Amino acid sequence: MAIDARSRRSFLVNSASGLGGAWILANYPAIVAAEEYVLAAARSEEQVRFAFFTPEQAVEVEAMAAQIIPTDETPGAREARVIHFIDRALVTFERARQEDYTRGLTELAAQTRQKFPSATKFSELTFDQQIALLTDIERTPFFNLVRTHTITGFFASPVHGGNHGKVGWALIGYDDSLVHEPPFGYYDALPPAAVSRPGVTGGQQ
Amino acid sequence: MRAMRAFRPGEEVDFVVIGSGAAGGIMAKQLSTAGFSVVVLEQGGWGKYGHEQDYTKDELLNNNPAIDDMLMTDPVRQPNTFRRNATQEAGPGVHSYGCVVGGGTVTYGGSSWRHLPWEFNEASTVGTIAGTGMADWPITYEELEPYYVQAEWEMGISGQRVDTPFVAPMSKEYPVPPVPLKSSGALLKVGAAKLGLTVVPGPLAIITQPYMGRSACVNCGMCSDFGCHVRARSSSAVTVLPIAVETGRCEIRPRSYVYDIPVNDQGRVTGAMYFDARGQQVFQRARSVVLSANGSETPRLLLLSKSRLFPEGLANSNGVVGKYLMLGNGASASGLFEHELNDYKGVVSGAAIVDYVPTDPQRGFYGGGRMTSRGYYTPIAMGLNSLSPDQPRWGAGYKRALREEAQHRMNIQCFTTQLPLETNRVDLDPVVKDAWGLPAMRITSTSHPDDIRNMEFFRQKSLEVLEAAGATKVWAGAVNDSRGSAHNRGTCRMGNDPRTSVVDRYHRAHDVPNLFIVDGSNLVTGGRNHPTMTIQALAFRAAEHLVRAARAGEV
Repeated sequence: MAIDARSRRSFLVNSASGLGGAWILANYPAIVAAEEYVLAAARSEEQVRFAFFTPEQAVEVEAMAAQIIPTDETPGAREARVIHFIDRALVTFERARQEDYTRGLTELAAQTRQKFPSATKFSELTFDQQIALLTDIERTPFFNLVRTHTITGFFASPVHGGNHGKVGWALIGYDDSLVHEPPFGYYDALPPAAVSRPGVTGGQQ
Repeated sequence: MRAMRAFRPGEEVDFVVIGSGAAGGIMAKQLSTAGFSVVVLEQGGWGKYGHEQDYTKDELLNNNPAIDDMLMTDPVRQPNTFRRNATQEAGPGVHSYGCVVGGGTVTYGGSSWRHLPWEFNEASTVGTIAGTGMADWPITYEELEPYYVQAEWEMGISGQRVDTPFVAPMSKEYPVPPVPLKSSGALLKVGAAKLGLTVVPGPLAIITQPYMGRSACVNCGMCSDFGCHVRARSSSAVTVLPIAVETGRCEIRPRSYVYDIPVNDQGRVTGAMYFDARGQQVFQRARSVVLSANGSETPRLLLLSKSRLFPEGLANSNGVVGKYLMLGNGASASGLFEHELNDYKGVVSGAAIVDYVPTDPQRGFYGGGRMTSRGYYTPIAMGLNSLSPDQPRWGAGYKRALREEAQHRMNIQCFTTQLPLETNRVDLDPVVKDAWGLPAMRITSTSHPDDIRNMEFFRQKSLEVLEAAGATKVWAGAVNDSRGSAHNRGTCRMGNDPRTSVVDRYHRAHDVPNLFIVDGSNLVTGGRNHPTMTIQALAFRAAEHLVRAARAGEV
């Protein structure tokens, strides 16, 4: 999937034009950095600089995301590049959540050491150990924040950095063409007699 | 297209219309085409007025718009508070409504049900209910019927005239045929047929054929809460407002936050004071004012407009302004089915069970409503909260459940009655202020016990219909007494008696000869919680009388 850098940039300028001048001036470099990063990430498989996360933080968050939507016979959060979505979100519309991530990751490391004294990082735990730890913390605000961001990134338009190759939409059978003709599904494709008894008033088509 | 007329604020125009939504747009068009000069003051921005193809279909952007792209009120700049009764201190409210040129019609689902004839005199026919403000309307269905036709044909409503006592009789067919039946609608029919119930196509402000220069719905699925990029949704912004502008006598002034409607010593309003987009205070002079700001903002603005003559708020000498608020009550249930519905395609809802519209004394309580089928889920919403209860929230089980359930779910959403109670109201919060320093809106509301019993009834019926339709799993959350939404009604009720109502049968404020209030606030009873078509019909009727009165020098 190709994203045109020029239209992307003009989108950014257009969509931000309603914000106060001061806000946009203060944030413009960060937003551009994030956008450029997303563009680069979409174009290539190469490692790209993160706008918010350190590379180490990104590994931890991506490990969490990959448990929230795991990879099985179909792509999961990792293949959808949800980490790119979250990184970009944290320097744009979710700026207010930066501190939650910084603190949450510190706590995650502490929780990891406490439950598995031989480990130092969540990402280094075995698959089953990771699930055990996340199950312990699945009601915490931090876990729910990462869950919300992971799912949002997985199902948002790919222009926001996640849902790479529309793998999220493929999982739920969502066709993004935005033009659809009936019949839409199984039941409206059945002949009317099969879904309507004679005499029902106002039967449609 | 000609350039829009621009008036100087100091120039006295014939009418200031406050609000550009379902009623305001119609008032602006009817008054300007009749030859009067009109300035429309709208809180919100332009949206994509005139270039609707630019409305985003990006769910994330639509949920997180930049200020210029906002289509609904901004909860940060326009906070509101809520409490269940007058003894409580109000906490943060969740009330929101359309805030853009075109108002709520830019993003609404488009349901366009008429009130039924007997809904105008239920107090006489069903009886008043102790402790409520149930009252007959000062007008009849027969008086309003021609304006329903006018609204359906001028706005562009799709639907199908049906012959059943549960739907209002129509003297003329809809201008365009109904939307295609979706799988949720087909299943609703299966369930209804087994239970002996009646399904009818829902009338929608979404055109299914090219009509009046606009194109037909393409079933994109990014519908309610989104702007329509093919101009198929018959919003004020693509129907009446462009006609008003084209007259050369109407200026739409967005980002105009009205905070006062001043009166002179003769008790006549003189125009409107507002903050412009830069926060400057501006006074637009006008010979008359039409207030169409919706059932919650209209009473708030009247209560903000205190003066020597009206110390308790404009047009509020009897203290009725803001009272008898009706919010959006309802109930819902969901079910899973064996095969794919793909119900994200198409409009939100195109079919309804209507047998329970009337009150049935056998049920033991007042109330009724419509049961609409829908399966509307955009992908992010689907991922975050569409799964059936007890499914995992993350991990392999969550992913498996998504795969299995995503396209197999439908909902039945019921729209139900709310009785008008004097204690349910809009007023001014004594503490919380909006971004302009004005007292925030405070909502006080607890539904009548009959409303709650009615919601329970509809919740149970929805489960029964889903089961009868063959659902493999059904569920329904507990019913919620509404805390605010679109559809707010009743706060400036219409009536013949100046002691108990705010406007007369022609929408003129009893207290103020040149102030006209035209929107959901006028509704005496709430109908079955689908108010927009009735608001539009009232607006066409009000405009006709207002034009006649203005021409006769009686305003």
